[in-house]
Amino acid sequence: MVNKIPLTSKQVRAKPMVVIIMVVGMLLLVCASVISISLGAASITPAAVWQAIVDYDNSFTDHQIIREIRLPRVVGAVLIGSFLAVSGALMQGMTRNPLAEPSIIGITDGAALALAIMFAFFPAVSYTGSLFAAFIGAGAGTALVFLVGSLAKGGLTPAKLALAGVTIAAFLSAISSGIAIYFDVAQDLSFWFAGGLANIDWQRIQLMLPIVIIGMLIALWLARSITILSLGKDVAQGLGQRTGMVRTMGIIAVMLMTGAAVAVAGTIGFIGLVIPHITRALVGLDYRYIVPCSAILGSLLLVVADILARLVNAPYETPVGAITALVGVPFFLYLARREGRGI
Amino acid sequence: MKRTVWIYMAIVVLIFAVFLLSLQMGTMSIAPLDVWRTLMGDGTEQHTLVLFEFRLPRMVIALLVGAGLAVSGAILQSLSRNELADPGILGINAGAGLAVVLFIYFFQGSYTSLGETIFALPLFAFVGAITAAFLIYTLAWKKGVTPIRLVLVGIGLNAGFTAILIVFQLRMNPEDFMQATVWLNGDIWGTSWSHTLAVLPWMLLFIPLVIAQARTLNVMRLGDPSAVSLGVKVERNRRRLLILAVMLAGASVSVGGAISFLGLVAPHIARRLVGPRHQVMVPTAAMVGAFILLFADMVGRNLLSPSEIPVGIVVAVIGAPYFLYLLMKTP
Repeated sequence: MVNKIPLTSKQVRAKPMVVIIMVVGMLLLVCASVISISLGAASITPAAVWQAIVDYDNSFTDHQIIREIRLPRVVGAVLIGSFLAVSGALMQGMTRNPLAEPSIIGITDGAALALAIMFAFFPAVSYTGSLFAAFIGAGAGTALVFLVGSLAKGGLTPAKLALAGVTIAAFLSAISSGIAIYFDVAQDLSFWFAGGLANIDWQRIQLMLPIVIIGMLIALWLARSITILSLGKDVAQGLGQRTGMVRTMGIIAVMLMTGAAVAVAGTIGFIGLVIPHITRALVGLDYRYIVPCSAILGSLLLVVADILARLVNAPYETPVGAITALVGVPFFLYLARREGRGI
Repeated sequence: MKRTVWIYMAIVVLIFAVFLLSLQMGTMSIAPLDVWRTLMGDGTEQHTLVLFEFRLPRMVIALLVGAGLAVSGAILQSLSRNELADPGILGINAGAGLAVVLFIYFFQGSYTSLGETIFALPLFAFVGAITAAFLIYTLAWKKGVTPIRLVLVGIGLNAGFTAILIVFQLRMNPEDFMQATVWLNGDIWGTSWSHTLAVLPWMLLFIPLVIAQARTLNVMRLGDPSAVSLGVKVERNRRRLLILAVMLAGASVSVGGAISFLGLVAPHIARRLVGPRHQVMVPTAAMVGAFILLFADMVGRNLLSPSEIPVGIVVAVIGAPYFLYLLMKTP
């Protein structure tokens, strides 16, 4: 279960790759964003996109579409992609488990249960109301896992955290499925589960903004400690690290970022699991590089997946969560086969 | 050893008690005396119909499916050396789920009117489960299959299957969607004697075969290097045990739907009750699984009677707290 991280010279790569990812990744991200903005029911040329951003004119419909619908959507995709990827990197580093992803600590299923309750008992709730409910549910799910894990005899080991997380996730999701079937809201909930970026507007971006700043700052601040923690708890303690504090702060960062992402866009799978692996294969094992690079790659995957989600079955949208998995699975399988036990 | 015997007896008594209770309870409750009379052959026509045609086959299926999933989970946890492994990691639930969703999708609501498709569905699910497991094993093969690669490939393909499943499910009309959701949550719907007879031989054949291989499982759990040095032909044994796990879980899923939590939790409960030796752990897991599913089915049928709660949901709701308790109590 616990993965040995091979510390060979080949894997600890230095900065050139980081610079390349930063520069090329940023360029690709900008290109993908422009494509994403110009594609849609009304096609808009990239020049008009540029114009709408720098020289906004209220009288053009195109400019309004860009400002009010497409731009927030892309910004949302960028934010959420980076949230999920960084959360996944933190989880894998803290638990030293290659299979860890943000949702194993009860976040997703807590949010789903809160939403199921809202849909079933307060169908008139506003979108912002359900947003807050999902966020609170995510926090409560995490807290429950953490509580049970720390009440356990022998303390909170990574294995116990994983088992408690999976069990509580199963429990919460069973209750929300029960509510969904009994009150006939299964399909509403399932659309949310599949993930979607269609409903993002500036208000939601504003709600996410403080979280992105706090969560990312914690993640960057913790990056060095996480690198040490990923060598194992004994080593970390031997080097004088307060592992309990690092782990708690890490979980708080994951909860803030994944909670916000899940509340706004539903469960978008695979980014949190696969992007950290890809990043690690590219830049090595130093989390000071992994955190910013996985943020960029996560944004890129989600923006591209969102473009595909709109194109594959136009004019209907395919759930973006399914697209990220379909894009991610082949690459993940390739990595799993190549690295064998190394991933 | 004495403790083990006590635990065996306790579980058997519990199963027996729930079995008797379950016979009486349902949409139509039958008094204990009437149950006895009907079983002896001189009950009213209505009682005979309800007991022999509806309740008994369903309860027998619950026992078989519970045992099958538990044993399959026990094999997979030991082979992958991963506590979180369950039949789902071999794609059995996702493969069967995808097959069922495709089936319902292409029959577009007409399937409820077609009586015989109710019997075709378990077959579809079984084929889907086996296909998924075969794909995962093949993709994980690279001069042999290491446990970690098997788990990783399993997770990857599972995510892929689930993604395709979601795409199709969202394009269904609401009634079909509901039917699929109920199936995906685990619902015993093979409830006739013909379903029972289709599953019974598998369980009677494969579960003893697994118990006969308990010593190999003990060694495999130590990891490949130890197993090789103890003279076990690792690759061949792994394949044989995987096939057993797939057959057991595939048959279970085909009549019981995707009951996901049971295969994970029953072996853990068994291990915490009788220890990790497979000679005693596997039979205990089988009995624990059978008991949980029988009990969950009874609760699911009666709690909100006349509507039913999918049994997979009940399993998670009653299994999770008990397992968390065990998790917190044992170091």
